[in-house]
Amino acid sequence: MSWMVWTVPTAIFFSSIAAMLAGMTVWEILSPTIERKGFLPIATTRGDRLFISLLSAAFIHLGVIGFTSLSIWIALAVSAVWLLVLMRWG
Amino acid sequence: MNNKVPNNRAWLLVLPMLVLVAFSAIIPLMTVVNYSVQDVLGPNARFFTGTEWFQSMLNDDALQAAFLRQISFSLIILAIQIPLGIGIALIMPKRGWQASAVLILITLPLLIPWNVVGSIWQIFTRGDIGLMGWGLRELGINYNITRNAGDAWATIILMDVWHWTPLVAMLCYSGLRSIPEAYYQAARIDRASKWAIFRYIQLPKLTNVLVIAVLLRFMHSFMIYAEPFVLTGGGPGSATTFLSQSLTTMAVGQQDLGPSAAFSLIYFLVILLVSWVFYTTIMNMQKDKPPHGGA
Repeated sequence: MSWMVWTVPTAIFFSSIAAMLAGMTVWEILSPTIERKGFLPIATTRGDRLFISLLSAAFIHLGVIGFTSLSIWIALAVSAVWLLVLMRWG
Repeated sequence: MNNKVPNNRAWLLVLPMLVLVAFSAIIPLMTVVNYSVQDVLGPNARFFTGTEWFQSMLNDDALQAAFLRQISFSLIILAIQIPLGIGIALIMPKRGWQASAVLILITLPLLIPWNVVGSIWQIFTRGDIGLMGWGLRELGINYNITRNAGDAWATIILMDVWHWTPLVAMLCYSGLRSIPEAYYQAARIDRASKWAIFRYIQLPKLTNVLVIAVLLRFMHSFMIYAEPFVLTGGGPGSATTFLSQSLTTMAVGQQDLGPSAAFSLIYFLVILLVSWVFYTTIMNMQKDKPPHGGA
């Protein structure tokens, strides 16, 4: 494993992604998702909305890191809020 | 409402593939992420740098220019190859030995390895011995891909069109062959024009293969490396240096693993975004159609 040069932040990052996927699986088994249309222009399932919010979170972080001098924690907070909004009303 | 519990046993059959993908893609990708936040000098000498690499990569002028060139290149070749591929598929013979002969002839460029394609065109465009380079020069055109950026661009686009339009044509041909004869009979009864047949029967039926063609060609052209590298070496200057070549220079040439890891992640995210947008848009275009509208 040492060749993968793990760091604590990246380990936390991948564990959260894995936890999200596991959580989504359990949620899906308990109550299967129904495709619906929210404020997004397309009908989405729960998994679609998670994917969209994670992908946009990546770009939010890149934007904040590359083109502003704001803290990365602001990007994380914005992404978290965006994820919740998207999961609920997207 | 559909309240049936779906049978999830099929997922077990996907497991071997998942293991394979884990080793060929997921674990390497995780390693790239780890590298992108560190300065790794050796097995025991590494320093956490946080977001520094991402910041410097996003603000690098050369990379931004390469990115714009890359986008223009992909859009140009898509705009040429997709219509041209459809056109070729439409005029290809449908049956008999001619169909087989044309299929083989059309497939030939696809069989040639990428760096060989680069070499072929490199020789073909040389001013002293290449047929095209020599011919153009004899016609009085000052054609030189090592000096003139416009010539280099035109040649790379021509080379890519020559190499990859057959793929689009083959996909469209297979899509056209799968349209039942009854559709054409109905069109004949209606006295539909050729254009109407194309617009309301052939094109809708081609949607699926066109999704595949656009996705494949976009991803492929977005990652193009060997052909321009052999043909122009990214020159003149940096006029035809595309993203993957910048990445290779950084990662292999200069051994800047941290910055190139950050850069490849940005590259990956862009490809992921564009592919997802293409796929979702086209799949939704189909879903919104009324059921009698074909496809």
